[in-house]
Amino acid sequence: MSDLFQQKPITTRRDHMVMLSRVANSLYWMSRYIERSENVARLLDVNLQLMLDFADFNDQQLKEHWLPILCSAGDEKTFFKLYDRANSENVTEFLTFREENPNSIISCLFTARENARQVRDQISLEMFEAINECYLFLKSKNAHEVWKFGAHDFFEQIKKYSHLFQGLTDSTFLRTEGYEFINLGKFLERADKTTRILDLKYHILLPSVADVGGAVDAAQWQAILRSASALEAYRRFHVEDIIPNKVAEFLIFSTTFPRSIRYCLQRIDAELHRLSGKERREYRSQEERDFGKLLSDLNFITIEQILDTGLHQFLQGVQKTLDQLDDHIYQEFMYHPPVDTEAEIFLQQQQMQQQQ
Amino acid sequence: MLLDQYKTEDFFDEMFTEDGGIRPHYQKIADCLRSLDPAEHRGKQTAVDLAFMRSGVTFTVYNDDQGTERIFPFDLVPRVIPNNEWEKMERGLIQRITALNLFLHDIYHDQKILKDRIIPPHYILGAKHFRREFMGFNVPKDIYIHICGTDLIRDRQGNYLVLEDNLRCPSGASYMLENRAALKRAFPALYRSARVQQVDGYGAELRKVLQYVSPPSLGSTTQPNVVLLTPGVFNSAYFEHAFLARQMGIPIVEGRDLVVRDARVYMRTTTGLVPVDVIYRRIDDDFLDPTIFRPDSLLGVPGLVHAYRSGNVSLANSIGTGVADDKVVYYFVPKIIKYYLGEEPILQNVDTFLASEADDRAYILENMEKLVVKSANEAGGYGMLMGPWAPKAEVDSFREQVRANPRNFIAQHPISLSRHPTSCEDGLEGRHVDLRPYILYGEKITVTPGGLTRVALRKGSLVVNSSQGGGSKDTWVLQGDS
Repeated sequence: MSDLFQQKPITTRRDHMVMLSRVANSLYWMSRYIERSENVARLLDVNLQLMLDFADFNDQQLKEHWLPILCSAGDEKTFFKLYDRANSENVTEFLTFREENPNSIISCLFTARENARQVRDQISLEMFEAINECYLFLKSKNAHEVWKFGAHDFFEQIKKYSHLFQGLTDSTFLRTEGYEFINLGKFLERADKTTRILDLKYHILLPSVADVGGAVDAAQWQAILRSASALEAYRRFHVEDIIPNKVAEFLIFSTTFPRSIRYCLQRIDAELHRLSGKERREYRSQEERDFGKLLSDLNFITIEQILDTGLHQFLQGVQKTLDQLDDHIYQEFMYHPPVDTEAEIFLQQQQMQQQQ
Repeated sequence: MLLDQYKTEDFFDEMFTEDGGIRPHYQKIADCLRSLDPAEHRGKQTAVDLAFMRSGVTFTVYNDDQGTERIFPFDLVPRVIPNNEWEKMERGLIQRITALNLFLHDIYHDQKILKDRIIPPHYILGAKHFRREFMGFNVPKDIYIHICGTDLIRDRQGNYLVLEDNLRCPSGASYMLENRAALKRAFPALYRSARVQQVDGYGAELRKVLQYVSPPSLGSTTQPNVVLLTPGVFNSAYFEHAFLARQMGIPIVEGRDLVVRDARVYMRTTTGLVPVDVIYRRIDDDFLDPTIFRPDSLLGVPGLVHAYRSGNVSLANSIGTGVADDKVVYYFVPKIIKYYLGEEPILQNVDTFLASEADDRAYILENMEKLVVKSANEAGGYGMLMGPWAPKAEVDSFREQVRANPRNFIAQHPISLSRHPTSCEDGLEGRHVDLRPYILYGEKITVTPGGLTRVALRKGSLVVNSSQGGGSKDTWVLQGDS
């Protein structure tokens, strides 16, 4: 019973700009899953192309290449339940078409679309059509076909749908609370994915000693940049060769590249303040304060310090802060205590007896 | 070319007269169809189907775990009604909803119509959807039926007859609007030259109705918070709910988004609980409130009825309207019109036999193979026997049911619904159609010109319901008579 009365405050708002908690939740996840699908598509595309240059990899080398990608984008346990070998074809199918994998592109888009359906009255028709078309496109394909007719075009198309959706959101969606939830979803997901892409290199992609500075190493760092859509942007800042710590610095600290961790965090910070109506640097909860601390850390520490204490540890820390923030957003805006129907009926009946 | 092989056979055809001439109000369409080659026509049809699929104008069929989405088949050849025919129909529909609304007010108050023996009281008091707990309850502005979708058919002579009054949660208005948009895209020049009355005012008009019936306690200066209550995204009409909410610019809510505190309804928002004043509910009475009606309902809101009774929230349609679209009450509608308005009905009923009247029952039982037998409270083409086409076992089963529970059945002679040229495998063929116009009752009564024409796509079939092989057409009411 006690839960029943821990409701959020009662207001008398009649301004048509209110937003159901359920709607906020759906907008947030719709946006996250679209961003996620794009990142998985890019990661796969880049790595499949990378593999073209290393056609002589044996099974073990293939596995060493794909395993970290499976860890970062999916779930290796589920993968090995379904497949024996971690080769390019299997990984592509698993990360694209398998519904058993909740983070496959098709699962992401199915979830995004279900969320969009839940809020069809809130989003523009154009936004819904973009998601729906992408889903229908994906459903009409299969791994075999994609493999046969060229994976690159296929992933290109998936990415385009995501860009179309995000562009349409910018040009057709009202700048109301909903827009803030959509942006929070997008930038939280993007920041998280950038940490994971960068972590790939640390993870198992660490080259064997002989390869350091060799062709494989350079190609892999280049792949990291391309996985974050960052290769050309990086080159505008660093005309010299691709230097590992510069890559990490760029993907973590850039204030102008829209997929860097710092850039995403700045956007999240702005949306949080718009939602809370608080002054800059004022935060409402421990989770928000932790997040604010991370953001200001990025203003004061250097890449050398991060590499000294460990890139992997740093990236994990970022992921943890983002997870906590995600949970906080849910608690703050989306969660209402569940209705206990029986208790509710009991309460209502008692109220009615009192008033009759 | 598309019309060369067309046969009207022994039916009233909407486009052709008995001797094969084109009815004047169809002339422009006939010319257009003649100038179109079949491949072009098919191309337009494919484009329209794709557009529906892409924008998600679909309903869900559940045969696997994700559900298969289908479009509600849309036939490109529009159905046309000349203005003079429409004006009469409109007057008839307004007369009918006015009388039914007065009837509802009466039976939930003084029950004069029962005391005057116009309708035997047991029919009403024992009706499945009569809500005795609302006796003496006043609804805002005395309006019970805010949204009505009446099913009309045409007989062999082309007379419009009322087949059913849908006074609970009639659906389909979104398809009326989507069909119009699709047809304008497919035949812009034809549409422009035909001078058709517009339908797109429906959403704005509905919103006005909902605001008009807000609780009196709110005062006339406060804008009410209006919401649409849906059973949820898995309901087959969910597309329509979202569509109408968007047309009106109101939130769509599920039961779990609402909560009742101190006899007031609130929605659960990101900034806390926000009051709700008017609910356009697309949930049946029985599911609205588990504390009052079905305790197992997960769709409703505990306490909603209490808030409604306390006058703090309005519902559209009101609770208890179902008693007036009971098929047994349908039989009495001509008398209801006469009793409350002192007028002759403008639109006729289909001749109906009541199984609970001894003479009628004897006739029904004897002639079951020739009759259409319907249960009194089903909709969507369910609970119905089409005598002449049914297997003997089904006829026998209905005979038993009628004997066991006569109150629950009526019977009618089959009406050979009018037919309309419709795209089929090999060009255009005649298919049976009905018409569902949408009537809104607020400060005034408005009927959207046209409505949803449903078409039985299977050859020879008389069943137009979407769940059973039906499709739909755009419906044109002309500004003039041809």
